[in-house]
Amino acid sequence: MKKLIIALAASAALMGGFSTGAQAQEKKKVCFIYVGSKTDGGWTQAHDLGRQQLDKALGDKVETKFLENVPEGPDAERAIERFAREKCSLIFTTSFGFMDATVKVAAKFPDVKFEHATGFKSAPNLATYNSRFYEGRYIQGQIAAKMSKKGVAGYIASFPIPEVVMGINAFELGAKSINPNFKLKVVWANTWFDPGKEADAAKALIDQGVDILTQHTDTTAPMQVASERGILAFGQASDMIAAGPKTQLTAIVDTWGAYYIKRTKALLDGTWKSEQIWDGLKDGILTMAPYTNMPDDVKAMAEETEAKIKSGELHPFTGPINKQDGSAWLKAGEKSDDGTLLGMNFYVEGVDDKLPQ
Amino acid sequence: MRIELQKRANVSTLFSIISPLLALLLTLVFGAIMFWLLGKSPLGSLYIYFVEPLLEVWSLHELAVKAAPLILIAVGLAVCYRSNNWNIGAEGQFTIGAITGSILPVLYPEWHSWAILPMMMVMGVIGGALYAAIPALLKTRFNTNEILTSLMLVYIAGLFLDWLVRGPWRDPKGYNFPVTKSFQVEAVLPEILDSGRAHWAFIFAIVAAMALWFMMRFMLKGFEVSVLGQSERAGRFAGFSARRMAWFSMLLSGGLAGLAGISEVSGSIGHLQPSISPGYGFTAIIVAFLGRLNPLGIIASGLVLALTYLGGEAAQAALQISDKAARVFQGMLLFFVLSCDTLIHYRIRLILAGGKTAEARA
Repeated sequence: MKKLIIALAASAALMGGFSTGAQAQEKKKVCFIYVGSKTDGGWTQAHDLGRQQLDKALGDKVETKFLENVPEGPDAERAIERFAREKCSLIFTTSFGFMDATVKVAAKFPDVKFEHATGFKSAPNLATYNSRFYEGRYIQGQIAAKMSKKGVAGYIASFPIPEVVMGINAFELGAKSINPNFKLKVVWANTWFDPGKEADAAKALIDQGVDILTQHTDTTAPMQVASERGILAFGQASDMIAAGPKTQLTAIVDTWGAYYIKRTKALLDGTWKSEQIWDGLKDGILTMAPYTNMPDDVKAMAEETEAKIKSGELHPFTGPINKQDGSAWLKAGEKSDDGTLLGMNFYVEGVDDKLPQ
Repeated sequence: MRIELQKRANVSTLFSIISPLLALLLTLVFGAIMFWLLGKSPLGSLYIYFVEPLLEVWSLHELAVKAAPLILIAVGLAVCYRSNNWNIGAEGQFTIGAITGSILPVLYPEWHSWAILPMMMVMGVIGGALYAAIPALLKTRFNTNEILTSLMLVYIAGLFLDWLVRGPWRDPKGYNFPVTKSFQVEAVLPEILDSGRAHWAFIFAIVAAMALWFMMRFMLKGFEVSVLGQSERAGRFAGFSARRMAWFSMLLSGGLAGLAGISEVSGSIGHLQPSISPGYGFTAIIVAFLGRLNPLGIIASGLVLALTYLGGEAAQAALQISDKAARVFQGMLLFFVLSCDTLIHYRIRLILAGGKTAEARA
C-alpha cells in the first residue's frame, strides 16, 4: 500500500513537471469541439484535417486540442467551458447544435475567442463561419443530370434546416440546367451521423429507382451501399473515394484548414475580430474532389462550371426560378440574396418531396 | 466438464460490506492496464480520470449536475429491486416525466409566475409514475414479466419524444431544428450557488435519498419492502400484499425517474430535444447495485459514476484518448460489482465429465 502511495505521489509530481514545462513555452492553445468521431470519414474528419493542417502550419506558435463525440446539449456546454478554463485562446465549435452552448460560455469568458460553425448567433468574442456548400451541390446536380439514365437522383438529407434545404435546391437547379425534367427524391434520415440509418435511407432510395445518390449526412455508409448496388454517388464533407473507387463522381470536400490557419494568424497578430464569414469555392474553404468515373465531356463541363462559380460569373441561385408549387421566386437574371438563402424553408420546382414543416 | 455455481452455506459479512470497494479497486486495476495498453502512463491517467475533476469548484458543480439524475433514479430503483420488482425502464419514465413536466412551458411560454416551476415538477413526477403504472398493471393483472414490459416501453417513450419535438412541439422560429422553444426564465430550475451550474435537482436527489433511507430503516413500509422482497410467502403471513407492493414500488421509482427527467430538462437543457439523456436510466441500475441498494450508499455510488463521465472527458482533453474509455469503465464497474456479489453468495465448482451429477442430469 505504501509503495502505491509513493508511486501515486511520484506520478502526480511528474505530471506537475510536464505541465509547467508546457507553460514555459507559452504556446497559445487553439481548441476544437467535435460532434462526431474524428475518423467519421465525413464532417468531423474534415474539421480534424483542418486542425492537423493548422498544427503543421503554425505548430511552433500554437498547440491544438480537441474533444470528440460531444453530445449537443448540457454536455457541450461543459466541454466548451472546460476548454475555456484550460486557457484555450480560440475555441472552434464545429456543429450547428453547439450554438446556444457556445453563446452561453462565450458570455462567461469575454477574454476567450470563440468561433461557431454554421450558426447565426454572434457576440463581440464569438464569430461565425460557414462555407457555401451549395456551390459544390450545383456542380453535382449538373453531373447527376448528365450521368443519370433515369433522370432521378436520391438525396439523403439530415434535418430540414435552411442549410440542408439550400443544398437540395442547389442540386436540383444544377440538374435542371442540363435536364429540365430532372427529378430529385429526398429521404430525411434525421441524423448527421448514423451509418445504419444512412444505409437504410440509401437502400430505400435505390429501391425507388434512383440511379445517382447524394447525401447531406456524414458517414460513408451511403457510398458503400451505392457501390454494392452498382450505382453512382457523390461524397460529402470528405473525399470518400476510398469507400467507392468505382462509385464516387466527385465530393464536396470541406477544406477548413485554410480558414483555421487564417483565423489563428489573426489571433496571433491581434487582428482577430468577430465576423460572420461565409466563404465559398474561390476562398478555398471547400474544394471539389477529383472528377472521376465520368466521361471527359462531363468532366470538362464540371470544371467549366466550377471556374465560372469561382470567378463570380455564375451564381447557382439566379432566376428564373420557380418554387415547388410553381409560383415565381426569382425573375430572370435576378440573384438570391444571402439572407433568403440562410433562412431557406421552401423547395424549388422539381424536388419530389414534401418539406417537413 | 462443466462449471457450476453452488450456493455458499455462510455468506461472509465482511466481504458483503467491502464488495463494492473491491469492485471499484478491480476496475481501477483493469483501467490502469487499459491505459497502459493504450500507451499512456497508467497512474497519471488514473489521476486525471478520478482525481483532477475533484480539484476545482466548477468541476464539482458539474459532478453534482451529472450525479443528480443518477441518484434520483437509483434510489427509487433500489426500493423497487429490494421488493423483488424489476423496473428496467427508468429511462422511459425519465423521458415521459420530462415530457409531461414540459407541458406548461411549451404550451404557455408567456406564463410568467413562480408557480410554474413547482407545477412542472409535480407533473413530471405524475408522468413518470403513470408510465411506470403500465408495467405495474400488466404485472399485477396478467402476471406479465415487468423486466420486459418496462424495458420495451423505453423505446416507445423515446420515439414519442422524438415525434413531439419534430412535430407539434417544434419551435416555429427554430429554423426547423427539432427542438422546442427555450423555456421562460421562471420555468428554469435555479442554480444552488453562484459558483457553478449545479441546480436544485441535486438537492432533490439528496432529499429523496435521505427520505427513502429513513423509510427503509425506520418505517413499517421499509420492513414490508424487505420482507416481500426476500419471501413473498413470509410477507403474506405478515399480512403484506405483493400485488400492492408491485404498485407501490413501480409508482415510486417511476415518479422519481420522472422528477429526474423534468429537472434535467428544466435545469440543464432548457428545452426539449430528441435526446435528453445519455442513458441515465440505465446507468442508474449500475448506481443502485454499486450502492448496495442502500439509499445512502447510492449517493456515493452516484457520485462515482458521475465521475467516470467527467473523468472520461478530462482524459480525452488531456491525453486525447477515445471517449469510449468512460463507457469501458462503467461496463467494467458493473461487471465487477455483479461478479463480486455472485462470488460472495456462490462458489464455483468444477464438475468433471463422467461425474455422477452430470450424468444424472443429461
